[in-house]
Amino acid sequence: MLGRRQILAAAAGALATPSLVRAEETVGVTAGEIRIGNIMPYSGPNSAYGVIGKTEQAFVRMLNETTSFAGRKINFLSYDDGFSPPKTVEQARRLIDQDKVAFLFNTLGTPTNNAIQRYCNQRKVPQLFVATGADKWGNWQDFPWTMGWQPSYRTEAQIYAKHLLAERRDFRLAIVYQNDDFGKDYIAGLRDVIGAERFDRSTKTASFEITDPTPDSQILSLQGSGADVLMIALGPKAAAQAIRKVHDIGWQPLRYLTNVSLSVGAVMQPAGAEKGVGIITSGYLKEQGDAAWREDAGMNEVRAFVRQWMPEADLNDSNVVYGYGLGCTLRQVLTQCEGNFSRENILRQAAGLREVALPVLLPGITLQTGPQDYRPIQKMQLQRWDGASWVRFGGLIEGASV
Amino acid sequence: MSASENVAIPGTIPQAVPVRRGMPAWQVALVVLGGLVVAIAPAFVLESFPLFQLTMAVIMGLAVLGLNMVTGFNGQISLGHGAFFALGAYATAILMSHLDWSFWATLPVSAAVCGVVGYGIGFPALRLGGLYLALTTFSLAVAVPQILKHKSIEDWTGGVQGLFLVKPDAPAWMPGALTPDQWMYFVAVGVAGVCFLLCWNLIRGRIGRALMATRDHQTAAEAMGMDTATLKTRAFAVSAIVTGIAGSLSAVAVEFVAPDSFSLMVSITLFVGMVVGGVASILGSLFGGLFVLFVPNIAEAISKAAPGVIYGILLIAFLFILPDGFAGLLRRIAGRLRGRG
Repeated sequence: MLGRRQILAAAAGALATPSLVRAEETVGVTAGEIRIGNIMPYSGPNSAYGVIGKTEQAFVRMLNETTSFAGRKINFLSYDDGFSPPKTVEQARRLIDQDKVAFLFNTLGTPTNNAIQRYCNQRKVPQLFVATGADKWGNWQDFPWTMGWQPSYRTEAQIYAKHLLAERRDFRLAIVYQNDDFGKDYIAGLRDVIGAERFDRSTKTASFEITDPTPDSQILSLQGSGADVLMIALGPKAAAQAIRKVHDIGWQPLRYLTNVSLSVGAVMQPAGAEKGVGIITSGYLKEQGDAAWREDAGMNEVRAFVRQWMPEADLNDSNVVYGYGLGCTLRQVLTQCEGNFSRENILRQAAGLREVALPVLLPGITLQTGPQDYRPIQKMQLQRWDGASWVRFGGLIEGASV
Repeated sequence: MSASENVAIPGTIPQAVPVRRGMPAWQVALVVLGGLVVAIAPAFVLESFPLFQLTMAVIMGLAVLGLNMVTGFNGQISLGHGAFFALGAYATAILMSHLDWSFWATLPVSAAVCGVVGYGIGFPALRLGGLYLALTTFSLAVAVPQILKHKSIEDWTGGVQGLFLVKPDAPAWMPGALTPDQWMYFVAVGVAGVCFLLCWNLIRGRIGRALMATRDHQTAAEAMGMDTATLKTRAFAVSAIVTGIAGSLSAVAVEFVAPDSFSLMVSITLFVGMVVGGVASILGSLFGGLFVLFVPNIAEAISKAAPGVIYGILLIAFLFILPDGFAGLLRRIAGRLRGRG
């Protein structure tokens, strides 16, 4: 039974703290918590990416233990969509309509985010830092509530094209690409910089279906075209097979490799470490296996985090490093909000990141956004495989402004 | 199969029986009224998210019904109905987003396209029995997502990016202001209701008995003068039409189609729905739809780490407890009630 005194005390308390009353009116924010929604493929063919969601959950656990945001803890709701767009729509609606989250954070996948982009923008729910490298997430004019995070595949391809033009005056380019928007973005990016006319004249492409057992026949037909430069835009398994095949048939083109497949353990070693010598790729995240970061303060922070908060995780999995970077980004945005967690302000702060350095980003690379700049990371650094590890060279490069 | 028990054998009922056996008229009216209330009430009771889920469950139920028509009632195993689902969805999406057709106008086109393709698939099905047919249809389901991505039709299908479309709005003459979600639910229930009724009508009549006779003993059916080849191809066509219409509904309910939406899993999901709901059962299909939509969510709520394992366990448990599906359970309950009465 509530006594009169308690009621009076409660009323007085409510009057004395007007900020709490205002917070009640903000969607997804109560006196004690901020609800944030996330969708990950914990099941299905892309379940390897689920590690990102688990890392973020662990990061939020750590935040809730150690800090609070204007007195509020984070309630991080992460659901499984199995990488199926209709399921993503269902989960997004559950998060937005039923759980009433303040915003969606780092939902993963290109087709899956495609499916919910318009819904989020109609409802004016921030869809922040989506975990996909497609180029379309920087479109602030048409989709002001959606923002990407990592450099797009297209930006990456533009960087390779810039390097190629600086390196060789004359070349015949061959591209083997995965037949989806991931692979096609590389064609678009190379074409941006090389120029449509020259690209069409000097390039041969071969498409690879993710269900094909090997890209061997594509490699053979590209070799037959007489190309002396090869862009490999394939997922990890196929990339390893392509690297091996190119070497085994004695073809020696200048090789570029998508950074999706730069994993030492999953690509370079299975392909044969010596077979990939000279391959060029690019990066923006630090690699756990890279000797240069053995004593790095930023990577030590990640290692300490993993030891304490998710000891079951595999540090060599670059998804852990990626998830940690996203966790830091979340902390930064919530801190910048300074207690005003309305959807408008959350979006404003996400679009107001100024030179934010993260422990997992390569030195010199920062998060930088603005009301007309929805691409937080745009710089990358080239690196070359020396038979044992990736060696960075040259300065940071930005994509072309196309 | 227990399904044929439901069907009255022609000739056994004397022509001049004055009172129909079974339920009296007032009971029938009560059941119909109750059904209508159960169908309409959720639109006003549920909030928008559960209503959306229920809409999707009804749509899945309709797709399962399509599969049931050919696999349950006609005995031709299809593991490729996801392909018809995709075909229907894309037919509607292309017409709506490229040519600005209204949703209703796309339904007949979607049905016709699926019917023709289904009829076409029915022909190899005549030569391929059982497991071979299952594999042939399976290959269809494997091929469809890649065909949808193909360069030559990319301008129409939107390639890997997919197509966006918009839910139909509630017409102006509707009383009260219906939200798009409520209207979408009524559209789904209405279209599904008509399809269920038509299928039920088909199954309880002469054609339905012929379909089941072909399933149970093809030689005997042929000896009795049934044209089993025509029956089988047409059953495939009807089945494809029903599943295709479900695909059309799902396209507008989700407002987005992409090749990744129609992976192999869709076909398997429909198959699971059919078995759990009850093979060769009209009403069971609806339960199948509810199962495939809601049980994965329950599995995820139980364990985020291994939702697949939980789903598998739940599935096995269901098959163990209800070996002939939800429909079998209903039949048993009905039988017991009748026995007591």
